[in-house]
Amino acid sequence: MLAVMGTAANRVDNGVQLQFDAVSFSAPGGTKLLHRVDLSVDRGAVTVLAGPSGAGKSTLLRLGNRLEVPSEGLVRFKGTDLTALDPQQVRRSVGMIFQRPIPFPGSVRSNLAVADASATDSAFVAVLRRVGLDPTMLDRVADDLSGGEAQRMCIARTLLTQPEVILMDEPTSSLDPENRIGIEDLARELAHEGIGVIWVSHDLSQVQRIADRIEVLIDGRNATPVETLGYLDQETEGEP
Amino acid sequence: MSDTQIGWMGVTASLMLVAIAIGLSLWRQLHLTRSLLWSSARAAVQLLLVGFALRLVLDSKASVWWAWLWVVVMIVFAGFTIRSRAKEVPGILLLGTISMLTVVVVSLSVIFGFHIFPMQGRTIVPLAGMMIGNSMTACVLVGRRIVGELSDKRDEVESRLALGLSWSDASQPYVRSALRTALVPQIESTKAVGLVFLPGAMTGLVLAGVDAVNAVTVQLAIMYLILGSVATSVTVMGIGLTRQMFSSDHRMKPIARASH
Repeated sequence: MLAVMGTAANRVDNGVQLQFDAVSFSAPGGTKLLHRVDLSVDRGAVTVLAGPSGAGKSTLLRLGNRLEVPSEGLVRFKGTDLTALDPQQVRRSVGMIFQRPIPFPGSVRSNLAVADASATDSAFVAVLRRVGLDPTMLDRVADDLSGGEAQRMCIARTLLTQPEVILMDEPTSSLDPENRIGIEDLARELAHEGIGVIWVSHDLSQVQRIADRIEVLIDGRNATPVETLGYLDQETEGEP
Repeated sequence: MSDTQIGWMGVTASLMLVAIAIGLSLWRQLHLTRSLLWSSARAAVQLLLVGFALRLVLDSKASVWWAWLWVVVMIVFAGFTIRSRAKEVPGILLLGTISMLTVVVVSLSVIFGFHIFPMQGRTIVPLAGMMIGNSMTACVLVGRRIVGELSDKRDEVESRLALGLSWSDASQPYVRSALRTALVPQIESTKAVGLVFLPGAMTGLVLAGVDAVNAVTVQLAIMYLILGSVATSVTVMGIGLTRQMFSSDHRMKPIARASH
């Protein structure tokens, strides 16, 4: 586990793209889901957000994509408070991949056109190749794709908005091991291209494969160093 | 008394048909006797009150403003009726009332602006009543459908928002489907008219002794009026309700699932 964190430190490129400063968030009923969480996402690095279920990881990602607004604290994109920026532009710059692939009704082409209606077929072909999909599948019905294909298509759709950060909320949780590794490799390639990636995961072996940095959330707050070690050790002991 | 004036004896005789319905309910143990009695009595009281009030409003010597006041009351009442039928739809009272108001303004402007009917108490009240009555049902349907669609497809809508789409673009496919659902019954009923059923206004005119072709032209104008009114009302409701379900910064608000 320490080796993972050490490797992370060596691989991180400087340049914070997205920063959460003492962010708190309460659900509509008043339940506090996040308590003064700090997190920074560096350019060209994969930051893994780990922690038990209900720790607030997905909520934190939604704040980054501006699907929610913090009740306290700030989320900054390249140093500017997100609420001071055009929300639509923020969402194009900070893309989001959800836990389950969410194909829209229609063909793969029409799915990609939702992200960029003015893009040509050659742009679609290029982005499909970038995510490892066969470009001939443009006319396939999106609902007929396998889980792995559908998730890659969702990533392709997001890449068409030319994001500088991608938030990935357990993107491989519904995929088989082969597709899981494929999506992990893709995330690493995207980071290599300079995109900042946040990846939510429960799976420590996956964390070890992809993380440049690890941040653990427990009960909606940043885990202390001792809690982080305890959580990761516990997860390691649970590994088969 | 003309042959279309049935008088109190006629009304009393027609109660025989209610008695038949009650008899059937008792025979088949449907437990609808009280409901049948109550609905028949309630209809009689409501319609008699309306009839006496209409006699005052429609009097040729009465000011046309009484008719407009009647329309305002209908609009407000329609708003409350819409709310009572779709309580789960947020802000439905105001949206429903605005939809009805828009329908009345747009449709009556066409009707009276192009002199399709003369602007008199005897035309204002029934025409507005028909528009509001038909639009009200469609508004309830579209309101419930939009809330249902957007809560069922929340993941898809948020995926679209996450790609940088505006609230109107992100919700468009689902709102379009809801609007189609609300409009299709009216379109189907317009297509079937004359073949499957004879509409109420035309039937009334024929019973009142008006020439059948004249009755048809009146009915056609009314049907087109209703079709336009329903389309206008569901569009106003659809746009207004959808706007209300998103924040100004294009986030989807939490919504309760519609109960069907």
